This record gives sequence, C-alpha cells and structure tokens, in this order.
Amino acid sequence: MKRPQNILEKIISLHTKETFKTGDFLLVDVDFTLANDITAPVSIKEFYKYKFKRVFNKDKIALIPDHFTPSKDIKSAENVKLMREFAKKFNITHFYEPQKCGIEHVFLPEKGLVLPSQIVIGADSHTCTYGALGSFAFGVGSTDIVFSWVTGKIWIKVPPVIKIIYQGKLKKFVTSKDVILFTLKKLSDKANYKVLEFTGTVIERMSQSQRFTLSNMATEAGAKTGLINPDKITLDFLKSIGKLNKKIEKISYMIRSDLKAEYEEIYEWDLSKLNPQVAVPFLPSNVKDVDKVKVNVDQVVIGSCTNGRLEDLMQAAQIFKKRKVNSRVRCLIFPGSPKVLLEAEKLGLIEIFLKAECVICPPTCGPCLGGHLGVLAEGEVCAATTNRNFIGRMGHKNSKVYLVNPYVAAASAVKGKITHPESI
Amino acid sequence: MRIRGKAFKFPDNIDTDVIIPARYLVYQDPKILAKFAFESIRKDFYKETKKNGIIVAGKNFGSGSSREHAVLAIKGLGIKCVIAKTFSRIFFRNCINLGLVAVTLKETDLIKENDILEVDVKKGLVKNITQKAEYKFNPYPDFLMQIIKKGGLLKWLTTK
Repeated sequence: MKRPQNILEKIISLHTKETFKTGDFLLVDVDFTLANDITAPVSIKEFYKYKFKRVFNKDKIALIPDHFTPSKDIKSAENVKLMREFAKKFNITHFYEPQKCGIEHVFLPEKGLVLPSQIVIGADSHTCTYGALGSFAFGVGSTDIVFSWVTGKIWIKVPPVIKIIYQGKLKKFVTSKDVILFTLKKLSDKANYKVLEFTGTVIERMSQSQRFTLSNMATEAGAKTGLINPDKITLDFLKSIGKLNKKIEKISYMIRSDLKAEYEEIYEWDLSKLNPQVAVPFLPSNVKDVDKVKVNVDQVVIGSCTNGRLEDLMQAAQIFKKRKVNSRVRCLIFPGSPKVLLEAEKLGLIEIFLKAECVICPPTCGPCLGGHLGVLAEGEVCAATTNRNFIGRMGHKNSKVYLVNPYVAAASAVKGKITHPESI
Repeated sequence: MRIRGKAFKFPDNIDTDVIIPARYLVYQDPKILAKFAFESIRKDFYKETKKNGIIVAGKNFGSGSSREHAVLAIKGLGIKCVIAKTFSRIFFRNCINLGLVAVTLKETDLIKENDILEVDVKKGLVKNITQKAEYKFNPYPDFLMQIIKKGGLLKWLTTK
C-alpha cells in the first residue's frame, strides 16, 4: 500500500518525476510566477544581463506594480516602465497597470490565477498567502524568478511539515489575524525552512478571505508557506470567481492530507478563549492580548495583503458606523484591489469611512513597508492591519507599528489609543 | 574556497528592512544600496567595511521581505561572507543564488568585533586567527556547493 502523504508531499509529487524525501534538493515545475515593482526590475536587469532570449511561458508570468504605485517618484516610475516594456517585448499576458490590479496577493487569487495543487513562486515573501487555497506557494528572490522565467522550474529543499490543529470557536471581534498572531507568539521563528498546515474546527468554519489572512503571515514564523486543505469553502470561493470545474474539484480533494500522513510536529490549541491580539514592536511574534497594550496612536492603517479584502473592510466599517476617527489621529484605508474598492462602495462602506473622517487611499501597498502614502515621522505610533512591525518598517527608525485586526484598528482610530472593540 | 576578513558583529533578528529600508528599493545597483545598508542601527556602515569584511550575526538573520536588494547591498559593502546562528529562509536562498557565502554557525557569540576570521567553505571550518580558535560548521550540500562555486544560480544555469 502507498505510504500516507500530507498535502505538501502530494503537491510536490505532481511537479516532479523523481522520488523524494524531506530534506532532498529538487528542481520542480512551477505553475505560476510573480514579481512586483520592487523585485521585478532586479529580475529584468539580470535577464538582459545574461542575454536570455525567451521566457518559458508568457501566460505563467505575472508582473504586478503594487508597492510604490501610483508611482511615488521618478525612479519608481522608471521601474514600472521597465516592467511595462519587458511585458510588451515578451508578450507577457499578466502585466497590469496599477488601476487594474491593486495588491498582488489580493488581486491574483480574486482573478483566479492561483489555484489548488499548484506550485506558485513569487518574488515577494507574502506569496505564501495562496497556501490558503491549497497551493504550494512561497516567496523567493528575484534571481529565482529569472531562473523560472527561463526554465519553468525552481530549486527547492523539500521542507518538513508542522501540523497545527485549531480547536474551538472564535469569540466576537476575534479574527484569523488574531489566530496567526497567537501562532507566531507560540512558534517564534521555529517554522524556519518548514511548512505549516492549518487544520481543525476553527479552519473548517473560516471564510476564504480570513484564510488568506492566516496563510499570509506564515512567513513571519519563517515558514515557506501555510497550507490549508481545500474543502467546500475553497470550492465555493473558486465558484464565486468562475474558476470551478470538474478537474479543479477533483484535484482539490485529491491533494488533501491523508488521515495518517506524517508530520515533523503537531500542535493542538483551543482558541475558544482567545482575545484580540496585538504584535508590539519590533517583531510580529512579540504578541500580547489587546487589553495589555496601553498605547496612544497617531495613525491607523487598514489594508495590505494581510487585511485588505472586503470582509476586512466590513469589520472596520462595523466599528466606524456612526462614529468618528479621533481628532488627533489619521486613519488611512487601503482597499486591496479595485474590485474590493468597488464592492466596498456598493455596500456603502466607503460612505461610512468618509463620514467617520477616514482617508480613502488607492489600492496599493502604500505605507505598509514605508513606501509612501502615510509614512511615519520620528516618534509616531501606528496601529496597522499590516504584517510587519520591524524597526523603521513604516518610516522613521524611531517610529513604531502595532499589528492588529481590522476591528481593533478601527476601535483604536476612534479612541486614539489601542482599544478592544468590545469597550467602545 | 577560503575567505579571510574582519568580523563585524550584529545581534539576533536582523530583518531585511534593517539591512536595507524599503525606501531605497527603487535602486538595484549594489554600490548605491550599500550606502544605506544597516543605516537604522549602524549609520555609515559602508565607511567601516572594506573588501573581505565578514558579518557575524545571531539567529534569524535576514528575516522578513524577500528583497534581493538585501544581499546586493551586503555585496556592495564588499562583504564576502555572512556568518549567523540561523538564517531566514528566503535570505539564505538569495545568498546562494547570488554567490554570497552564508555560513550557519552555533558559536557566533564567541566571535568578537574586529576578530580576524578565515572561513574554509569546502571544509566547513571557521578559524578565528585573533583568538586562535576554530569552529566547525556543516559544509554546503553538493547541490548548493555547485551553485556557490559557479558564483550564483544564473552563472550555474548558463555554464553547466
């Protein structure tokens, strides 16, 4: 009888003819690759330097200008221009002008370009977001991307898998952001070079949007990706974007981990009593209960590849309804994509935000990485639904970022300090 | 393959935003990036480094963003080798892919700022010339050694 396999082993098996075990080096086929306006220019310059003449498949390469767009200065405009010209020269199907894409990890799944069972590589660490669809998706460097553009392959060291079982039911105002922050607190960087597999009753009840948030921050534990076994929720999501067919349905169920699959480690946590979590500077794993954090904020950012989806904006809007942002706070809203922005508008969320005196920003990474549109001055403090709170991440080296869920972000904007949404 | 140089010490959890802040990622030239490398914790570091300096850090070096600019900036500083207790995954592969030697070593706490080190990449040995000490590490597996020897992934691809 065939040895029981976990989801990762099954996906890798679909992409190589070789037999393998954990720790082996392999060259595997990639189904899709992406790079953005920070990482693609490095790739493109290397591609030209080595005088490569063609790409392996013009339909499997995405070039997404989302980090410094709409272009913040001349140099960033030139980088997007370099991408545009490269896309034209090699007839790349998936190059998008900023008004058509928004943030890569919000846009590519909603466009149905990343799917269960695929191997997806991206020159962006948060490529692991698509693990939420059951895709072995992981961040790599710009040189890896050039290699894949030319060969259609990537080198990997087959990672061990840690299974996490989340039991119980989440309380009100507790989201998948809190689940992943709690997980980071527990794991610190223990998942380095490894893959996380998220399971349990909490996952079974979790919406696809929330699952993206969870998998998105697997990289903060050092993990290569955070996989979720495809289920009815996954398939319903694919159906909603017109991407479900018999073949995808079949493979989605086929790759699910076998009952007796092996893991390097298994953790089981009951999350019934979990409170909203806050990651305090300067590590995403420096996590405390929201009630333990007494800090005034100057700015609030709601958006990013972590929490820039419609459901995230709905959570924030629930708090902002009939309330106003504290007069000494700036609250910036970044819908993750043009589609999210349009749907938010249709649902009346944008009106709620504007009446609350939030600023509606274009779909972009913006200040998350200290790029533009809300960079912090010396000594300023921001509560953000983003994913990193490193030294100087959002601006001045003496500014601080606290990572929170959208409810907490909105409540903190109203009160002017980090606040449990229950208390307003 | 041997690398000799002076040790520059760094603590645990040096992330890629610290190595090179995002505002400088509009550049790709290693020499330009080097001028801003580590500026939030060690201003004008580029003035201290000369050819063949060796960075010696704690655990989780290079965590965070996938930006290859972090490795480019370090190369731009003239650094030929980074020694750390552990490396973050993407940073480690970027080092391999760009031919920057990354050594995982338990004993980084024993190494002091300005110690003269000699790293034998093939043997898996760090000699601390200043302290007259030696530390062993696991040499690269064959596959990675081939890439490092060629000077990076694309050189390996185009010459194999």
